[in-house]
Amino acid sequence: MSQLDFSVVFDNLPYLWQGLRFSLLLTAVAFAAGMVLGTGLALLQHLEVPVGAQLARGYVALIRSIPLILVLFWFFFLVPLMLGALMNGGRPMPIGGVWTAFITFSLFEAAYYSEIIRVGLRSVSKGQYEAAQALSLSTYKTYRFVILPQVVRVTSPIILNQTIILFQDTSLVYVLSLTDLVGAASKLAQLNGRLVEMYLAVAAVYLVICCTASQLVAYLRRRTQLNQNR
Amino acid sequence: MNMHLPTPRLAGPAQAEPAIVLEGVTKFYGGFRALNHVDLEVARGETVIICGPSGSGKSTLIRCLNRIETHDRGRIVVNGHELTDALKDIAAVRREVGMVFQSFNLFPHLTILENCMLAPVQARGISRREARETAMHFLSKVRIPDQAGKYPGQLSGGQQQRVAIARALCMRPQVMLFDEPTSALDPEMVKEVLDTMVGLAGEGMTMVCVTHEMGFAREVADRVVFMDKGAVVEQDTPERFFSAPASERAREFLRQVIH
Ligand SMILES: Nc1ncnc2c1ncn2[C@@H]1O[C@H](COP(=O)(O)OP(=O)(O)OP(=O)(O)O)[C@@H](O)[C@H]1O
Ligand SMILES: [Mg+2]
Repeated sequence: MSQLDFSVVFDNLPYLWQGLRFSLLLTAVAFAAGMVLGTGLALLQHLEVPVGAQLARGYVALIRSIPLILVLFWFFFLVPLMLGALMNGGRPMPIGGVWTAFITFSLFEAAYYSEIIRVGLRSVSKGQYEAAQALSLSTYKTYRFVILPQVVRVTSPIILNQTIILFQDTSLVYVLSLTDLVGAASKLAQLNGRLVEMYLAVAAVYLVICCTASQLVAYLRRRTQLNQNR
Repeated sequence: MNMHLPTPRLAGPAQAEPAIVLEGVTKFYGGFRALNHVDLEVARGETVIICGPSGSGKSTLIRCLNRIETHDRGRIVVNGHELTDALKDIAAVRREVGMVFQSFNLFPHLTILENCMLAPVQARGISRREARETAMHFLSKVRIPDQAGKYPGQLSGGQQQRVAIARALCMRPQVMLFDEPTSALDPEMVKEVLDTMVGLAGEGMTMVCVTHEMGFAREVADRVVFMDKGAVVEQDTPERFFSAPASERAREFLRQVIH
C-alpha cells in the first residue's frame, strides 16, 4: 500500500470547512428549534394540558420509534406533496434538501429533548411550585423563573450528550445529497482516490469536537453535583 | 385649623373586620375528610397557634388559607377576599399573605438576595432597586444581610428558614402563615428562627402558625387552636389551654408533646 499522503486534505481545506460549517449550522439550528419545541412538548405533558398532552405523548412515541433516516425520506418526499395539495393545486412543491434537513432534524430532536426535559421537570420538588404559588407568581412566571432554570441545570449534561449524538447524526444528510463534512470528504475521496487519508482526517475532526463537548458534559455534571451538595 | 392634629387612623370596617374567617370549611382528599366543618376567626394582629396530632389536618387547614389547597365546602375570607375559583381574589390573597414551609423551599438556583427579590419584582411589579432595598432591609432584620450573595445550599438550616421568612416579608404581607417552621431544623437552630417569629408577633403581624413548640406558643400566642381528625376540638388562651385543656383528646396530646 502506498504511503499516507495527507496533502489531499490540506489542498481541499476550504471545501471541507464548508462541509463542516453546514454540519455545525444544522446542529445549531436543530438544537435551538428542538429545545424550544421540546420544552413545549414536555410542558404540555407535565401540565397535563387536555388533548395537548396526549398529542405530545403520541408525537414523541412516534418519532422515537422511527429511524431518523426514514423521517428524512418522509419529509423529502411527503412534505412537497402535502404542500402541493394545500397550496399548489396538487402539483408537488419541493422545499429543497436544506430546508428538509433543518425541519426534520428540529422536529426529530424535539422529541428527544422533550423526554429529557420531562424527566427534569419531575425532578423539581413540589415545594418549589408551592413556594412560587405562595409568593403569588403566575404559572408562566413560576416556570420561567423558578422551575425551568432548575430543569436546565439538572439536565444540561444529558442535553449536551444528546447534542453530540445529533452532531454525529447530521452526516445522514448525504441521503438528501447535501454536503456536510462527511459528504465533502467522500466526494473528495472518490475524486482523488485518497479514501484512507480523507476518512482519517474527518474522524479526527469528529473526535476533537466530540471530546471537547464530552469534557464540557463532565464539567456540567460536576457542577450539578456541587449544586446538589450545597 | 390645627395642622398638628394626628390624622385619624383608618378605623371603620377595614380595621374591625377579622383578617381571616372560616365558616364550615370542609375538605376531602378523595373520600377522606381532611377538614370537617371548621369555623375559625383570626383578628388583625393576632397570633394563633394551631396544634394537634399528626394527620389532624393542620397543614391542610393552613394551606387552604392561601389556596395552595382548595376547600370543598364552606367559606374562607382572607383580608376581605373570599377564596373561590376567581383568580383575581386568589392572586390578591397570595400577595397579601406570606407563607413559610417546614422544608424552607428556597429557590436553590438563586442567591439569597435574588430569592427575596423575585416575587416583589415579578408579581408586584416593584422596581429592582426598591426590591433590593426591601430585601436587604428584611435580611438585616433576620440578621443575615452578609449572606445575601450566597446560595441557599451554602447556608445552615436555621439561616435558610430565616431567609424564607425574609423572602415572605419582602412581599409586605399583612398575614403570615407558618407550617411547622422549626420541625426540619437541628435543635440548636430552632431558637434563632423562633426568635425571629417572636419579633414579628411583637410588631403586630397577624400570624397563623402550626407548631409543636409549646414554649413558643405560651410566649407569643393570643390563642391556641387544637385540632383532631380534621376538626377544631377546642381553642383557648395559652394559659388556659396548657393548664386546663377542656377535652380528653387535648390532654392526651399535651401529655405526648410535653412527655
Ligand atoms: N395530597 C393529599 N392526598 C391525600 N391525602 C392527603 C393529602 N394531604 C394530606 N392528606 C391526608 O390528610 C390528613 C391531614 O393531613 P395534614 O397534612 O393536614 O395533617 P397535619 O395535621 O399537618 O399532620 P402532620 O403533623 O403530620 O404534619 C392526613 O391523614 C393525610 O394523610
Ligand atoms: Mg403538617
